[in-house]
Amino acid sequence: MMPKDNHFVSEAPFDPMTVEAMSPEQERFFMASQWTLMWYKLRRHRLAVGAGIILIALYASVLVSEFLAPYNLHTRHTDFIYAPPQGVHLFHEGRFVGPFVYGFDYRLDMNNLRRVYTPNPNVIQPLRFFCQGDSYTFWNWFEAQFHLVCPAEGGTIFLLGTDRLGRDVLSRIIYGTRISLTVGLFGIAISFTLGLFFGGISGYYGGWVDNLIQRMIEVIRSFPDLPLWMALSAALPVTWNPILIYFGITIILGLLDWTGLARAVRSKLLALREEDFATAAVLMGASPGRIISRHLMPSFMSHLIASATLSIPAMILGETALSFLGLGLRSPITSWGVLLNEAQNINVVALYPWLMLPVVPVIITVLAFNFLGDGLRDAADPYH
Amino acid sequence: MFSYLVHRLLIMIPTLLAVSLITFIIIQLPPGDYLSTYVAELEAQGERVSDDKIAFLRQQYGFDRPMHEQYFTWVAGMLQGDFGYSFEFNLPVSEVVGDRLLLSFIVSFSTIVFTWVVSFPIGVYSATHQYSVGDYSLTFLGFLGLATPNFLLALVLLYFANVTFGTSIGGLMDPKYLDAPWSWGKFVSVMEHLWIPVVVIGTSGTAGMIRRLRANLLDELQKQYVVTARAKGMHPFKLLCKYPLRMALNPFIADIGSLLPQVISGAAIVSVVLSLPTTGPMLLNALRTQDMYLAGSFLMFLAMLTVVGVFLSDLALAALDPRIRLHGRQPN
Repeated sequence: MMPKDNHFVSEAPFDPMTVEAMSPEQERFFMASQWTLMWYKLRRHRLAVGAGIILIALYASVLVSEFLAPYNLHTRHTDFIYAPPQGVHLFHEGRFVGPFVYGFDYRLDMNNLRRVYTPNPNVIQPLRFFCQGDSYTFWNWFEAQFHLVCPAEGGTIFLLGTDRLGRDVLSRIIYGTRISLTVGLFGIAISFTLGLFFGGISGYYGGWVDNLIQRMIEVIRSFPDLPLWMALSAALPVTWNPILIYFGITIILGLLDWTGLARAVRSKLLALREEDFATAAVLMGASPGRIISRHLMPSFMSHLIASATLSIPAMILGETALSFLGLGLRSPITSWGVLLNEAQNINVVALYPWLMLPVVPVIITVLAFNFLGDGLRDAADPYH
Repeated sequence: MFSYLVHRLLIMIPTLLAVSLITFIIIQLPPGDYLSTYVAELEAQGERVSDDKIAFLRQQYGFDRPMHEQYFTWVAGMLQGDFGYSFEFNLPVSEVVGDRLLLSFIVSFSTIVFTWVVSFPIGVYSATHQYSVGDYSLTFLGFLGLATPNFLLALVLLYFANVTFGTSIGGLMDPKYLDAPWSWGKFVSVMEHLWIPVVVIGTSGTAGMIRRLRANLLDELQKQYVVTARAKGMHPFKLLCKYPLRMALNPFIADIGSLLPQVISGAAIVSVVLSLPTTGPMLLNALRTQDMYLAGSFLMFLAMLTVVGVFLSDLALAALDPRIRLHGRQPN
């Protein structure tokens, strides 16, 4: 009789593939596409995700500006010129009333002819929500009066004060978002197209084409951009209507910005065109346009998107600066820069500091784009 | 080194020519020529302009000749120091520009020095203390500087300087020194006014510089020679200063190329807000009144300032980095 063996022997049939088999989670990770991997990586970047959410919220607000703004863009309150921001309170003399504002007492200071508004604690104006207010035409489509927040009947709600014509600053900021945010998008679309085109042919063909385009880029880069933007936008005919001016400005912003992108495209293409799959495509008779756009571009598209995200803020700031100087957009088109145009002198800082508030969304947007861009750039290379 | 210098100088010529061509096109962009604008303006004010004078001006500035001839006249004039004629001021452009260009230069130069002085320690700190609270807050501060529009920051700083230090508002010196000869008091007054534009313009460039220095230094710090030196017991501070820092310093010089246009841009708008007697406000004014010769000259000057600045930074870089000196190109 054989001695009892101490070794354990499994009865189950042996499967040589067990070592290589993956758990479902592993499988999901290893089989994920490049874009899915990038998404995984981006998701871990908290700051970028937060920035992305803020940007989505801002862009979504553009769709329903009319509803979000308590007043219309051009509604004037001639009794409330340069009124300071009204604070929202919840309690009146220790008693809960719900969100309300105190009404204003108005008096003209005869010493310095300043309008003085003081909150009157006896006038309580409860806010109304989802209410009927100023009537507007929604997206040129239908008439509506529906607002998120309205003042009490006969009352006012100037959460961020009013300007020199008695227009509500908050409403104007909300409407200005529409212009300020889309300027960056149109501008980047133009600069992206130009950058891909010039960078593409420069990197793919090399030789004298490359040389010429590189010199051209050097020349454009040697201009300080703001003075050049100023000169170009000053050259836009005064007779153009505001919409044309708007597109003119976006084109000007995009025209000078593409150089950085073109350089990035070129350096990547120079490396990639030597790869075997590029040669294979050439041998199979693909046209240069197809090779560049179908075979070469996709491998570094993520980098391009990241760098494009990082260059949107420069455009938003550029538009703001131009409009601030009075060379960019003009009323009745309202952007954050146009609003800041009112804050052009030191008196505003001293007397009506709330007119500088449109700078807050500018800072938030620029920061958000920067953080998102940073996150995208880190995520752009998921195999790293 | 010599051949590199000659090569760089030769490249500058076509660049400047192209810059002048673009500037000229911009001058020509607005509908009509300035002469007709000017005449229309004068007539609107009720002044009669004799046909002789118009014809004389037209002939003197060559408006009756084809475009390319006008361009060559303009470029040839510039080479001889004749930058055209400002219709707004009724003076030759070179006289209007005068020492504004010098002041622009002073502001730009101080700003670059400021950017260096601020971003160097911060960049080194951020890299050596990566992911620390200090790193995060300094980086955030840099971003905030990047995101705040210059002009508004300038206004606010001006206001606070006025309230707390009693600095006079606007200008680059107290009004009483305007026509006074240079003295210690005037110098101090200029310094008191200069810091605001310098800080304001500097903020936007500083963030970028910090990030580049930080990234470069981080790359260097991961290299094996650093590990070796550390393993051999070299003092961390000495190690940092002796090798990686020197390697990471390139962007400080190389980035003048991208910093300078940015600084000059910033200076243009900040000077408008602070009403500094530099080129910015005058450029804006010239653009508003369509005084295109003046505007064009300013644009040309600013671009020239950039091109020459980049050239100088390339020379400095070549002197600093043998790879560029010997191979004539920047390593990546």
